[in-house]
Amino acid sequence: MDFDNSKPIYLQIVDFFYENILVKRWQEEERIPSVREVAMMVEVNPNTAIRAFNHLQDLEVIYNKRGIGYFVSSNGYTKVLEIKRKEFMEQLLPEVVKKMSLLGITFDELKNAYNQQENEKK
Amino acid sequence: MLTVRHLNFNYPSSRPVLKSINLDFRPGNIYGLFGKNGEGKSTLMKIMTGLLFPKTGDCTLDQVSAKKRSVLGLQHIFLVPEDFELPSLSIATFEKTQSPFYPEFSKEQFYTLIEEFKLYPTEVISKLSFGQKKKVLIAFGIATNTKVLLMDEPTNGLDIPSKSQFRKVMASTVDETKCVVISTHQVRDLHSLINHVVILDNARVVFDYALGIVSERLWFGKPSNSDEPSILYSESSFGGKAILPRMGNNETEVDLELLFNGVLSEPHKINTILKNTHDETGV
Repeated sequence: MDFDNSKPIYLQIVDFFYENILVKRWQEEERIPSVREVAMMVEVNPNTAIRAFNHLQDLEVIYNKRGIGYFVSSNGYTKVLEIKRKEFMEQLLPEVVKKMSLLGITFDELKNAYNQQENEKK
Repeated sequence: MLTVRHLNFNYPSSRPVLKSINLDFRPGNIYGLFGKNGEGKSTLMKIMTGLLFPKTGDCTLDQVSAKKRSVLGLQHIFLVPEDFELPSLSIATFEKTQSPFYPEFSKEQFYTLIEEFKLYPTEVISKLSFGQKKKVLIAFGIATNTKVLLMDEPTNGLDIPSKSQFRKVMASTVDETKCVVISTHQVRDLHSLINHVVILDNARVVFDYALGIVSERLWFGKPSNSDEPSILYSESSFGGKAILPRMGNNETEVDLELLFNGVLSEPHKINTILKNTHDETGV
Protein backbone atom coordinates (compact mmCIF):
# COMPACT_ATOMS: atom_id res chain seq x y z
CA MET A 1 0.00 0.00 0.00
CA ASP A 2 1.27 3.47 -0.85
CA PHE A 3 0.73 5.84 2.01
CA ASP A 4 -0.38 9.41 1.70
CA ASN A 5 2.01 11.30 3.94
CA SER A 6 -0.47 13.54 5.69
CA LYS A 7 -3.21 11.15 6.76
CA PRO A 8 -2.53 8.84 9.71
CA ILE A 9 -1.78 5.34 8.46
CA TYR A 10 -4.51 3.78 10.61
CA LEU A 11 -7.13 5.95 8.87
CA GLN A 12 -5.73 4.94 5.50
CA ILE A 13 -6.19 1.31 6.52
CA VAL A 14 -9.77 2.21 7.52
CA ASP A 15 -10.30 3.61 4.00
CA PHE A 16 -8.93 0.38 2.56
CA PHE A 17 -11.61 -1.51 4.58
CA TYR A 18 -14.34 0.88 3.39
CA GLU A 19 -13.32 0.34 -0.20
CA ASN A 20 -13.44 -3.45 0.17
CA ILE A 21 -16.88 -3.28 1.77
CA LEU A 22 -18.28 -0.80 -0.78
CA VAL A 23 -17.22 -2.89 -3.79
CA LYS A 24 -18.58 -5.93 -1.92
CA ARG A 25 -15.29 -7.74 -1.93
CA TRP A 26 -16.02 -8.16 1.78
CA GLN A 27 -19.68 -9.08 2.26
CA GLU A 28 -21.82 -8.51 5.32
CA GLU A 29 -21.48 -11.24 7.96
CA GLU A 30 -18.34 -12.45 6.24
CA ARG A 31 -15.06 -12.97 8.05
CA ILE A 32 -12.37 -10.43 7.18
CA PRO A 33 -8.57 -10.89 7.45
CA SER A 34 -7.06 -10.90 10.95
CA VAL A 35 -5.06 -8.06 12.49
CA ARG A 36 -1.84 -9.89 11.69
CA GLU A 37 -2.88 -10.57 8.10
CA VAL A 38 -3.83 -6.94 7.55
CA ALA A 39 -0.56 -5.75 9.14
CA MET A 40 1.33 -8.01 6.74
CA MET A 41 -0.78 -7.05 3.75
CA VAL A 42 -0.14 -3.34 4.18
CA GLU A 43 3.31 -3.74 5.82
CA VAL A 44 2.59 -1.89 9.04
CA ASN A 45 3.19 -2.34 12.75
CA PRO A 46 0.45 -4.62 14.15
CA ASN A 47 -0.34 -1.90 16.73
CA THR A 48 -1.33 0.41 13.87
CA ALA A 49 -3.55 -2.29 12.38
CA ILE A 50 -5.21 -2.83 15.79
CA ARG A 51 -6.03 0.88 15.91
CA ALA A 52 -7.83 0.62 12.56
CA PHE A 53 -9.78 -2.44 13.75
CA ASN A 54 -10.78 -0.66 16.98
CA HIS A 55 -11.89 2.41 15.06
CA LEU A 56 -14.12 0.33 12.77
CA GLN A 57 -15.47 -1.61 15.71
CA ASP A 58 -16.43 1.63 17.47
CA LEU A 59 -18.31 2.68 14.33
CA GLU A 60 -20.00 -0.75 14.30
CA VAL A 61 -18.80 -1.47 10.78
CA ILE A 62 -17.12 -4.67 11.95
CA TYR A 63 -17.46 -6.82 15.04
CA ASN A 64 -15.37 -9.37 16.85
CA LYS A 65 -16.41 -12.96 17.48
CA ARG A 66 -14.24 -14.12 20.32
CA GLY A 67 -11.68 -16.66 19.21
CA ILE A 68 -12.90 -16.68 15.62
CA GLY A 69 -12.07 -13.29 14.21
CA TYR A 70 -13.56 -10.10 12.83
CA PHE A 71 -16.70 -9.94 10.67
CA VAL A 72 -18.44 -7.24 8.64
CA SER A 73 -21.59 -6.18 10.57
CA SER A 74 -24.98 -7.23 9.23
CA ASN A 75 -25.62 -3.63 8.20
CA GLY A 76 -21.95 -2.90 7.52
CA TYR A 77 -22.49 -1.89 3.91
CA THR A 78 -25.17 0.68 4.80
CA LYS A 79 -23.01 2.02 7.62
CA VAL A 80 -20.04 2.54 5.30
CA LEU A 81 -22.24 4.10 2.65
CA GLU A 82 -23.53 6.58 5.23
CA ILE A 83 -20.03 7.42 6.45
CA LYS A 84 -18.62 7.89 2.97
CA ARG A 85 -21.62 9.93 1.74
CA LYS A 86 -21.27 12.21 4.72
CA GLU A 87 -17.54 12.52 4.05
CA PHE A 88 -18.25 13.39 0.40
CA MET A 89 -20.82 16.04 1.26
CA GLU A 90 -18.85 17.58 4.10
CA GLN A 91 -15.28 17.35 2.87
CA LEU A 92 -14.96 16.62 -0.82
CA LEU A 93 -17.84 18.72 -2.14
CA PRO A 94 -16.88 21.99 -0.40
CA GLU A 95 -13.42 21.59 -1.98
CA VAL A 96 -14.98 21.14 -5.41
CA VAL A 97 -17.30 24.13 -4.93
CA LYS A 98 -14.35 26.26 -3.82
CA LYS A 99 -12.33 25.24 -6.88
CA MET A 100 -15.33 25.87 -9.18
CA SER A 101 -15.77 29.42 -8.00
CA LEU A 102 -12.02 30.02 -8.19
CA LEU A 103 -11.99 28.82 -11.81
CA GLY A 104 -15.36 30.37 -12.71
CA ILE A 105 -16.99 27.05 -13.60
CA THR A 106 -20.79 27.32 -13.57
CA PHE A 107 -23.20 24.67 -12.33
CA ASP A 108 -24.49 24.16 -15.91
CA GLU A 109 -21.00 23.47 -17.19
CA LEU A 110 -20.55 20.92 -14.42
CA LYS A 111 -23.89 19.31 -15.25
CA ASN A 112 -22.96 18.98 -18.93
CA ALA A 113 -19.59 17.48 -18.10
CA TYR A 114 -21.30 15.08 -15.69
CA ASN A 115 -23.88 13.98 -18.30
CA GLN A 116 -21.17 13.53 -20.90
CA GLN A 117 -19.18 11.27 -18.59
CA GLU A 118 -22.25 9.23 -17.74
CA ASN A 119 -23.03 8.78 -21.44
CA GLU A 120 -19.51 7.67 -22.23
CA LYS A 121 -19.85 4.98 -19.56
CA LYS A 122 -22.80 3.50 -21.45
CA MET B 1 12.33 -5.82 29.64
CA LEU B 2 15.60 -4.37 28.23
CA THR B 3 16.86 -1.60 30.47
CA VAL B 4 19.78 0.78 30.05
CA ARG B 5 20.82 2.74 33.15
CA HIS B 6 23.38 5.58 33.51
CA LEU B 7 25.42 4.16 30.69
CA ASN B 8 28.69 5.81 29.66
CA PHE B 9 31.04 4.64 26.99
CA ASN B 10 34.06 5.81 25.06
CA TYR B 11 36.56 4.03 22.87
CA PRO B 12 40.20 4.24 24.10
CA SER B 13 41.55 7.80 23.83
CA SER B 14 38.51 9.24 22.10
CA ARG B 15 35.64 11.49 23.11
CA PRO B 16 32.62 9.92 24.86
CA VAL B 17 30.34 8.06 22.45
CA LEU B 18 27.52 7.54 24.94
CA LYS B 19 26.86 9.77 27.95
CA SER B 20 24.49 8.87 30.80
CA ILE B 21 22.07 6.92 28.64
CA ASN B 22 18.80 5.77 30.24
CA LEU B 23 16.37 3.77 28.13
CA ASP B 24 13.59 1.23 28.57
CA PHE B 25 12.61 -1.11 25.78
CA ARG B 26 9.28 -2.81 26.34
CA PRO B 27 7.72 -5.85 24.65
CA GLY B 28 5.16 -5.44 21.87
CA ASN B 29 6.97 -2.54 20.24
CA ILE B 30 9.20 -1.86 17.27
CA TYR B 31 11.69 0.83 18.26
CA GLY B 32 13.43 3.03 15.72
CA LEU B 33 16.89 4.08 16.88
CA PHE B 34 18.03 7.16 14.96
CA GLY B 35 21.08 9.36 15.01
CA LYS B 36 23.60 10.90 12.67
CA ASN B 37 26.59 8.84 11.58
CA GLY B 38 28.91 8.05 14.47
CA GLU B 39 26.42 8.95 17.20
CA GLY B 40 26.78 5.61 18.94
CA LYS B 41 23.79 3.62 17.66
CA SER B 42 25.84 0.55 16.76
CA THR B 43 27.94 0.92 19.90
CA LEU B 44 24.78 0.91 22.02
CA MET B 45 23.57 -2.26 20.32
CA LYS B 46 26.93 -3.93 20.90
CA ILE B 47 26.79 -3.04 24.60
CA MET B 48 23.27 -4.43 24.87
CA THR B 49 24.48 -7.76 23.53
CA GLY B 50 27.66 -7.86 25.65
CA LEU B 51 30.01 -7.35 22.70
CA LEU B 52 31.39 -4.19 24.34
CA PHE B 53 31.61 -3.28 28.01
CA PRO B 54 30.32 0.08 29.24
CA LYS B 55 32.72 2.34 31.19
CA THR B 56 30.06 2.85 33.82
CA GLY B 57 26.40 2.02 34.10
CA ASP B 58 24.70 -1.13 32.94
CA CYS B 59 22.35 -2.74 30.50
CA THR B 60 20.08 -5.53 31.70
CA LEU B 61 17.64 -7.90 30.04
CA ASP B 62 15.07 -9.09 32.59
CA GLN B 63 17.54 -8.30 35.40
CA VAL B 64 20.41 -10.19 33.75
CA SER B 65 23.36 -7.89 33.10
CA ALA B 66 24.73 -7.87 29.54
CA LYS B 67 28.26 -7.51 30.92
CA LYS B 68 28.07 -11.02 32.38
CA ARG B 69 27.59 -12.57 28.93
CA SER B 70 25.68 -15.36 30.62
CA VAL B 71 23.76 -18.02 28.72
CA LEU B 72 20.69 -16.93 30.63
CA GLY B 73 20.85 -13.51 28.99
CA LEU B 74 22.38 -14.24 25.60
CA GLN B 75 19.84 -16.89 24.61
CA HIS B 76 17.12 -14.23 24.71
CA ILE B 77 18.75 -11.57 22.56
CA PHE B 78 19.91 -11.54 18.94
CA LEU B 79 21.77 -8.89 16.98
CA VAL B 80 21.75 -8.56 13.20
CA PRO B 81 24.82 -6.33 12.78
CA GLU B 82 25.41 -4.02 9.87
CA ASP B 83 28.74 -5.59 9.01
CA PHE B 84 29.37 -9.23 9.63
CA GLU B 85 31.31 -12.25 8.53
CA LEU B 86 29.58 -15.54 8.15
CA PRO B 87 31.35 -18.90 7.88
CA SER B 88 31.64 -20.69 4.54
CA LEU B 89 28.98 -23.22 5.42
CA SER B 90 25.76 -24.08 3.69
CA ILE B 91 22.65 -22.33 5.01
CA ALA B 92 21.41 -25.64 6.43
CA THR B 93 24.68 -26.36 8.27
CA PHE B 94 24.74 -22.82 9.61
CA GLU B 95 21.26 -23.33 11.00
CA LYS B 96 22.21 -26.70 12.56
CA THR B 97 25.30 -25.33 14.31
CA GLN B 98 23.83 -22.01 15.49
CA SER B 99 20.20 -22.72 16.34
CA PRO B 100 20.81 -24.89 19.48
CA PHE B 101 21.87 -21.71 21.33
CA TYR B 102 18.34 -20.35 21.09
CA PRO B 103 15.69 -22.34 22.95
CA GLU B 104 12.77 -20.76 21.08
CA PHE B 105 14.30 -21.24 17.63
CA SER B 106 11.78 -22.29 14.99
CA LYS B 107 13.27 -24.38 12.21
CA GLU B 108 10.05 -24.20 10.24
CA GLN B 109 9.97 -20.42 10.40
CA PHE B 110 13.62 -20.18 9.35
CA TYR B 111 13.19 -22.31 6.23
CA THR B 112 9.93 -20.56 5.31
CA LEU B 113 11.76 -17.24 5.44
CA ILE B 114 14.74 -18.62 3.49
CA GLU B 115 12.31 -19.75 0.82
CA GLU B 116 10.51 -16.40 0.84
CA PHE B 117 13.85 -14.68 0.36
CA LYS B 118 14.48 -16.94 -2.67
CA LEU B 119 17.42 -18.75 -1.10
CA TYR B 120 18.16 -22.48 -0.92
CA PRO B 121 19.32 -24.40 2.19
CA THR B 122 22.16 -26.00 0.20
CA GLU B 123 23.71 -22.69 -0.87
CA VAL B 124 27.09 -21.87 0.66
CA ILE B 125 26.81 -18.60 2.57
CA SER B 126 30.25 -17.19 1.67
CA LYS B 127 29.37 -17.40 -2.02
CA LEU B 128 26.23 -15.29 -1.64
CA SER B 129 26.04 -11.57 -2.33
CA PHE B 130 26.02 -9.09 0.58
CA GLY B 131 22.27 -8.63 0.39
CA GLN B 132 21.67 -12.38 0.35
CA LYS B 133 23.95 -12.92 3.35
CA LYS B 134 22.01 -10.25 5.15
CA LYS B 135 18.77 -12.09 4.35
CA VAL B 136 20.19 -15.29 5.86
CA LEU B 137 21.02 -13.42 9.05
CA ILE B 138 17.66 -11.60 9.15
CA ALA B 139 15.80 -14.89 8.66
CA PHE B 140 17.91 -16.51 11.38
CA GLY B 141 17.40 -13.58 13.75
CA ILE B 142 13.64 -13.67 13.35
CA ALA B 143 13.51 -17.45 13.70
CA THR B 144 15.43 -17.35 17.02
CA ASN B 145 12.25 -15.83 18.51
CA THR B 146 14.36 -14.15 21.17
CA LYS B 147 12.67 -11.67 23.49
CA VAL B 148 14.80 -8.90 22.01
CA LEU B 149 15.82 -8.63 18.37
CA LEU B 150 18.28 -5.87 17.49
CA MET B 151 18.83 -4.94 13.86
CA ASP B 152 21.48 -2.51 12.71
CA GLU B 153 20.59 -1.03 9.30
CA PRO B 154 18.69 -4.17 8.25
CA THR B 155 17.52 -2.81 4.89
CA ASN B 156 21.02 -1.78 3.76
CA GLY B 157 21.94 -3.98 0.84
CA LEU B 158 18.41 -5.27 0.28
CA ASP B 159 16.91 -4.77 -3.18
CA ILE B 160 13.56 -3.03 -3.62
CA PRO B 161 11.26 -6.08 -3.53
CA SER B 162 13.14 -7.46 -0.53
CA LYS B 163 12.53 -4.29 1.44
CA SER B 164 8.81 -4.77 1.04
CA GLN B 165 9.21 -8.43 1.95
CA PHE B 166 11.19 -7.41 5.01
CA ARG B 167 8.36 -5.13 6.16
CA LYS B 168 5.80 -7.91 5.69
CA VAL B 169 7.93 -10.34 7.65
CA MET B 170 8.47 -7.85 10.47
CA ALA B 171 4.78 -6.96 10.61
CA SER B 172 3.93 -10.61 11.08
CA THR B 173 6.57 -11.50 13.68
CA VAL B 174 6.15 -8.86 16.36
CA ASP B 175 3.82 -9.83 19.15
CA GLU B 176 3.20 -8.78 22.74
CA THR B 177 6.09 -10.86 24.02
CA LYS B 178 8.81 -9.52 21.74
CA CYS B 179 10.67 -6.30 21.36
CA VAL B 180 12.45 -5.22 18.19
CA VAL B 181 14.97 -2.38 17.96
CA ILE B 182 15.93 -1.21 14.49
CA SER B 183 18.66 1.33 13.88
CA THR B 184 18.45 2.94 10.48
CA HIS B 185 19.02 5.91 8.24
CA GLN B 186 16.49 4.57 5.74
CA VAL B 187 13.53 6.16 7.45
CA ARG B 188 11.34 5.79 4.39
CA ASP B 189 11.88 2.03 4.29
CA LEU B 190 10.62 1.50 7.78
CA HIS B 191 8.37 4.33 8.89
CA SER B 192 5.21 2.23 8.77
CA LEU B 193 6.75 -0.39 11.07
CA ILE B 194 8.18 1.73 13.85
CA ASN B 195 5.93 2.77 16.75
CA HIS B 196 8.48 4.30 19.11
CA VAL B 197 11.34 6.65 18.29
CA VAL B 198 14.65 7.07 20.12
CA ILE B 199 17.09 9.69 18.82
CA LEU B 200 20.74 9.93 19.86
CA ASP B 201 22.68 13.15 19.38
CA ASN B 202 25.96 14.36 20.88
CA ALA B 203 26.26 11.07 22.73
CA ARG B 204 22.96 11.59 24.55
CA VAL B 205 19.35 10.50 24.21
CA VAL B 206 17.61 13.63 22.93
CA PHE B 207 14.24 12.06 22.13
CA ASP B 208 12.36 9.01 23.44
CA TYR B 209 8.63 8.88 22.69
CA ALA B 210 5.97 6.54 21.38
CA LEU B 211 4.65 7.73 18.01
CA GLY B 212 1.14 7.60 19.45
CA ILE B 213 2.04 10.47 21.78
CA VAL B 214 3.84 12.35 19.00
CA SER B 215 0.85 12.24 16.65
CA GLU B 216 -1.47 13.17 19.50
CA ARG B 217 0.52 16.30 20.35
CA LEU B 218 2.28 17.43 17.18
CA TRP B 219 1.00 18.32 13.74
CA PHE B 220 3.03 17.73 10.55
CA GLY B 221 2.32 19.46 7.28
CA LYS B 222 2.28 22.70 5.33
CA PRO B 223 1.29 25.52 7.65
CA SER B 224 -0.87 28.48 6.63
CA ASN B 225 0.24 32.07 7.30
CA SER B 226 -1.72 32.35 10.51
CA ASP B 227 0.15 29.38 11.95
CA GLU B 228 3.50 31.07 11.68
CA PRO B 229 3.97 32.21 15.29
CA SER B 230 3.45 28.72 16.67
CA ILE B 231 5.76 26.86 14.26
CA LEU B 232 8.18 24.66 16.22
CA TYR B 233 10.37 23.75 13.28
CA SER B 234 10.13 24.21 9.52
CA GLU B 235 12.21 22.94 6.64
CA SER B 236 12.16 26.21 4.69
CA SER B 237 10.27 29.42 5.19
CA PHE B 238 8.28 29.30 1.93
CA GLY B 239 5.57 26.67 1.79
CA GLY B 240 7.82 24.04 3.29
CA LYS B 241 6.74 21.36 5.72
CA ALA B 242 6.65 22.25 9.38
CA ILE B 243 6.02 20.86 12.85
CA LEU B 244 3.41 22.61 14.96
CA PRO B 245 1.62 21.86 18.21
CA ARG B 246 -1.46 19.93 17.14
CA MET B 247 -3.99 21.81 19.29
CA GLY B 248 -7.41 20.97 17.84
CA ASN B 249 -6.26 20.06 14.34
CA ASN B 250 -6.82 16.77 12.58
CA GLU B 251 -4.33 14.07 13.39
CA THR B 252 -1.54 13.78 10.81
CA GLU B 253 0.89 10.97 10.15
CA VAL B 254 4.24 11.55 11.84
CA ASP B 255 6.79 12.59 9.24
CA LEU B 256 9.83 10.82 10.69
CA GLU B 257 12.38 12.67 8.60
CA LEU B 258 10.91 16.01 9.60
CA LEU B 259 10.72 14.90 13.23
CA PHE B 260 14.36 13.81 13.18
CA ASN B 261 15.55 17.12 11.70
CA GLY B 262 13.25 19.04 14.02
CA VAL B 263 14.54 17.28 17.13
CA LEU B 264 18.17 17.84 16.13
CA SER B 265 17.67 21.56 15.60
CA GLU B 266 14.98 22.34 18.22
CA PRO B 267 15.24 19.56 20.81
CA HIS B 268 14.11 21.76 23.68
CA LYS B 269 10.97 23.21 22.04
CA ILE B 270 9.73 19.84 20.83
CA ASN B 271 10.48 17.94 24.03
CA THR B 272 8.83 20.62 26.14
CA ILE B 273 5.53 20.25 24.31
CA LEU B 274 5.59 16.47 24.50
CA LYS B 275 6.68 16.43 28.13
CA ASN B 276 4.16 18.98 29.41
CA THR B 277 1.18 17.30 27.84
CA HIS B 278 2.60 14.06 29.17
CA ASP B 279 2.17 15.27 32.76
CA GLU B 280 -1.37 16.52 32.20
CA THR B 281 -2.60 13.12 31.09
CA GLY B 282 -0.86 11.60 34.08
CA VAL B 283 1.06 9.07 31.98
